[in-house]
Amino acid sequence: MPCVSPDGKPTTSGMAVLKSLKEGSASPEEIASRTGQPLFRVRSGLRELTNSGFVEEESNKYGLSKTGETAIQ
Amino acid sequence: MAEIQKEQIGFPILGQKAPDFEALTTQGTLRLSDYKGTWLILFSHPADFTPVCTTEFMAFSDIYDELKKRNVELLGLSVDSVSSHIAWIRNCEEKMGTKIPFPIIADLNKDVAKKYGMIHPEQSKTETVRCVFIIDPESKIRAMLYYPLTTGRNMSEILRLVDALQVADKYKVATPANWKSGDPVVVPAPVTAEQAEERLKEGYECKDWYLCRKKLPES
Repeated sequence: MPCVSPDGKPTTSGMAVLKSLKEGSASPEEIASRTGQPLFRVRSGLRELTNSGFVEEESNKYGLSKTGETAIQ
Repeated sequence: MAEIQKEQIGFPILGQKAPDFEALTTQGTLRLSDYKGTWLILFSHPADFTPVCTTEFMAFSDIYDELKKRNVELLGLSVDSVSSHIAWIRNCEEKMGTKIPFPIIADLNKDVAKKYGMIHPEQSKTETVRCVFIIDPESKIRAMLYYPLTTGRNMSEILRLVDALQVADKYKVATPANWKSGDPVVVPAPVTAEQAEERLKEGYECKDWYLCRKKLPES
């Protein structure tokens, strides 16, 4: 279940990941726990969200970018 | 032609790292490394919209919750497109009443199939046979099953195999023929004469020094 649709907007799964990051930056394992999504799907989704500019990664912790913050408002 | 055949029948080896891949699936682009930390059953089927494969997909879906309890994910594969996979899983839900909860690789260029030896030219030059690869959380191949096109797989055996591998890892034991969860396990055979002598005094249920069984704590 991709996290970004072909038109560049976050999907329902993608939005769930982004909203989970309102609590603060997190590892894929923590995001899986917060969202209830399988870990493999979270990792795959984070790649898409990062490539699309919604999320930023540093030392395996993922946080909202400005674009990501705007998307969940 | 010889080159192609050689490439297609390159089989993975038990205990080796599973061949890495990045593949388009019904749930987006997935890599083998996305499954690190969980067990993975990577399995192939010959083609979408075929009868035996449909029964297998319903059966895999039936054991999905049991697999999740064991920290196991499922990942299907065939040489079909994502559109075909989507149409088929929608058909499974509409006509058979079974939702397919796991992703399916669309391996149109056979990249993954070739890495895992899934194409057996004597069975079919274009379709994957019915393979099952059980891959552990460290991405090592722990078990492999290869079934011909004619024969659907047994889900009880796949669950039993997962249980046996996980028990072997957790307790450093082996499992005898026809073992199932809760049965006594086999204590690894002694490797020195001294250990063989001591083995018979250790309180196990022994037929002889080399064949001893014990119950596991939770069984």
